[in-house]
Amino acid sequence: MDYSQFLAMKQEIGLLVVFLLVFLYDTFMPKKAQNSLSAITCIFFGLFTLAGFCPCLSYDANAFSGMYETSAVIVAIKNILNVGVLIVLIQSIKWANSESQIMRRGEFYELLLVTLFGMYLMISARHFLLFVIGLEAASLPLAAMVAFDKKQYESHEAAVKYILTAVFSSAIFLMGLSFVYGLAGTLYFDQLAFAVAIEGSKSVMLIIALIFVIAGIGFKLSLVPFHLWTADVYQGAPTSVTAYLSVISKGAAAFAFFVVMAQVFGAVYSQVWEWMLYALIVLTITIGNLFALRQRNMKRFLAFSSISQAGYIMLGVIANTTGGLGSLMYYILVYIFSNLAAFGVVAAIENATGKVSMDDYNGLYKTNPRLSFAMMLAMFSLAGIPPFAGFFSKFFIFTSAIEQGSIAIYVLVLIALINTIPSLYYYLLVVKAMFINENETPIATFKSSVSERLGLWICVAGIILLGIVSCFYSSLLELTNAM
Amino acid sequence: MFENILIYFVVIPVLMLGGLALCKNIKQIRAVAVVGSLALVGLSIALLLGYLEQRAAGATAEMLYVDSWTWFAPLNINLAVGVDGISVAMLILSAIILLTGSFASWKIDPLPKEFFLWLILLSIGVFGFFITIDLFTMFMFYEVALIPMYLLIGVWGSGNKNYSAMKLTLMLMGGSAFLMLGLIGIHYHSAPEGQPLTWNLLEIAQNNAIDRNWQYFLFPMTFVGFGVLGAMFPFHTWSPDGHASAPTAVSMLHAGVLMKLGGYGCFRVAIYLMPEAANELAWIFLILTGISVVYGAFSACVQTDLKYINAYSSVSHCGLVLFAILMLNTTAMTGAIMQMLSHGLMTALFFALIGMIYGRTHTRDIRMMGGLMKIMPFLAVCYVIAGMASLGLPGLSGFVAEMTIFVGSFQHTDMFHRVFTIVACCSIVITAVYILRVVGKLLLGPVQDKHHLELTDATWWERLSTITLIVSVAAIGCFPNFFAELIKFTFSENIFKVLGMN
Repeated sequence: MDYSQFLAMKQEIGLLVVFLLVFLYDTFMPKKAQNSLSAITCIFFGLFTLAGFCPCLSYDANAFSGMYETSAVIVAIKNILNVGVLIVLIQSIKWANSESQIMRRGEFYELLLVTLFGMYLMISARHFLLFVIGLEAASLPLAAMVAFDKKQYESHEAAVKYILTAVFSSAIFLMGLSFVYGLAGTLYFDQLAFAVAIEGSKSVMLIIALIFVIAGIGFKLSLVPFHLWTADVYQGAPTSVTAYLSVISKGAAAFAFFVVMAQVFGAVYSQVWEWMLYALIVLTITIGNLFALRQRNMKRFLAFSSISQAGYIMLGVIANTTGGLGSLMYYILVYIFSNLAAFGVVAAIENATGKVSMDDYNGLYKTNPRLSFAMMLAMFSLAGIPPFAGFFSKFFIFTSAIEQGSIAIYVLVLIALINTIPSLYYYLLVVKAMFINENETPIATFKSSVSERLGLWICVAGIILLGIVSCFYSSLLELTNAM
Repeated sequence: MFENILIYFVVIPVLMLGGLALCKNIKQIRAVAVVGSLALVGLSIALLLGYLEQRAAGATAEMLYVDSWTWFAPLNINLAVGVDGISVAMLILSAIILLTGSFASWKIDPLPKEFFLWLILLSIGVFGFFITIDLFTMFMFYEVALIPMYLLIGVWGSGNKNYSAMKLTLMLMGGSAFLMLGLIGIHYHSAPEGQPLTWNLLEIAQNNAIDRNWQYFLFPMTFVGFGVLGAMFPFHTWSPDGHASAPTAVSMLHAGVLMKLGGYGCFRVAIYLMPEAANELAWIFLILTGISVVYGAFSACVQTDLKYINAYSSVSHCGLVLFAILMLNTTAMTGAIMQMLSHGLMTALFFALIGMIYGRTHTRDIRMMGGLMKIMPFLAVCYVIAGMASLGLPGLSGFVAEMTIFVGSFQHTDMFHRVFTIVACCSIVITAVYILRVVGKLLLGPVQDKHHLELTDATWWERLSTITLIVSVAAIGCFPNFFAELIKFTFSENIFKVLGMN
């Protein structure tokens, strides 16, 4: 075996090194030095993230006879995820150092890095075996993270729900793969693509396989009707874990979904899966929005909002073009910043007062103007209001979806656009609570910790700059167009 | 980038935002607002003079001061700017109303800093919208102008403000949902097969590549999208509630300028880019806007809240703008632009006066007030002048605008257009009814409330605000030819060539 192949996996290796360093530091350093574990993790991971932007990584290569692939686009999506994880790590410092977690925070960091490793494999896999390994590595440790609040009943419930759904969806996915294997006799993406093209859209087996595969990944992305676990898990899990679950895990799955659909099943796009995805998108956006309207718990609220956002992300997949992929990656990038800003505020308030209900936010602007401002920007960005980044990401993903130009897609985009109205309504409810509603006993003025503020500042800067400064989107689009 | 005068219409408000952030007390905030909006007025006058000078020197291009800077290169999105007579007129209007609006919110309370912050953000959207000729940038500024309304009404409004603010924001966003689809659709049909797609208005009009079937789909999308903001029936219901609940300066800006974005957009995007569909489908929208005109006027007759009266009157007058645009001939369209200017100034004056009266009497119900002519003669006289402009007294702006519109509309010789013109004409009479009713009851009738006798007349900043507006209204009324000349070049061959008429 040619061991130099491993050099193609530079980012994975780098992540493993960070993991090992954190693990060793956590295990072997004296008690005193342990205090700085959070800071050390952030610094290690920050350096790793920076290193990811080194242009020497962006080249096309593959390893293990084509099971693993890397390219400039793949490096870019991994970098996007890294930035998101870094923000999550910074935001979670306060929580990880709280009294109940301080003994086990090392495990939190280690589990988190392992799931990220799994996502890397999912993104880079060009063989379904590696893909499944990545999928499992990304979802099983997450169940442990969801259950991290040992003393909270909801946390346990959420973890049980999560692991049951994760296993169930994996089973469905594997079932789909078995059909695929039966059809083609191989699990390599490029060979499968040939087999699918020959088989054509008439094959019942192929259609069933596709349904299972889409359902399996649909669970991960919490597309309707596979979304039922989302709200409970988001509510029960510790807020930092919810933040991680809602942006990083979703972003990685969306990218992998695009790759699987475009590369493996691309030949039957217009005959078969365009319409499956069409229905899923309409359902996801609409139902996600309708359920979000009545939520009063901020975490449940953000759960349903993230369901409908997943529907918008899927517009990039249904575009099935390189431009669609570029817009999808840009949407994920912007979504990471906007959603993490929202979760950052929720976490800061929860850490300080333990309150997570929207009614508690009434009159927040009078007592905590900066937090309210950050939250407002996050809501505006999620709702797609210019000049914030969310507007640009929505506009561009709609533009790329329409590119192929059939009337059906115009109708789909119109449905998505009309759905932005209820979404604007519920995002404005949060703004209304903070700025307009009166409250006798508002949340008292408190000073959030340095780490929380740092995390929020990064997110706010991202929300303002990612859209107006055009180079982010332009360079992503150039990358994907060069594919 | 900064050699072009147009860019300063966005730069100055951004600087004002920066200045606001540094302000410590209300005096500094006022200073920033007044200095900034004075600078904008000055800038718009300089632009007007420069524009006329270039025209006089024989510049025949469709738009002047055209410039373009790349923004999102892969999608060919540019920050493209350029103005013609209409945009220049609209920019002057916006600057004047921003200035008078700042005076009208002299004593805004609570949170003056945040109030001006949102107000200026709104004005960035408005100015940006009028200077750009790139569809994407235009849409972005359009949406920038919409969202501050929610907080401006929600926090500083009165009455049923939560409901009104939400209704207004959601309905306008609903309009922009259609609009966004229409604009993206236009982009993908902007150039003939094989040529690079563009968002630039002038290039799209020149290519004239949107085929007829797509026009039938895209024209209603964009027209309805902008029409919602122009208070087109049946999408006008946000307007009365929104205007009634908004604080004074916001009502002024919203009715005076923001609703013009709708009419301007309908003209600039929907009709300019898709004249064939406009010609074929105009009858549908003529019916709808005709209903707006008459229905708005009748509704105003039965209202008792001053702001509701004026809001319904705005529905009627703005309906007339769209009505005239859809007539698709030079005279009526010139009238439409004059009506936009006239209504913008006049309604701002109305809302300013209503705000001032409400600030003193703490009621807007005309049944609770009376005899204000004796108590506050200055405000009362101004109110009468505004009313006369509204019902179309010669010498003030309303007459010129409406006259031009109806003369233009009557040039169509077919039954359908004639009937609708006559129906729309009736609105003038109905306008007289509700204006004179208010004047009689509110200003001339017996004093209803003894406490009102102690009220004071206008302060200096209020006088400054109203006089500026009255002078502008009279200027349009007395020198209509100047404005007609300014607008004239806009209706160059481009539209009418396609339609084969003048």
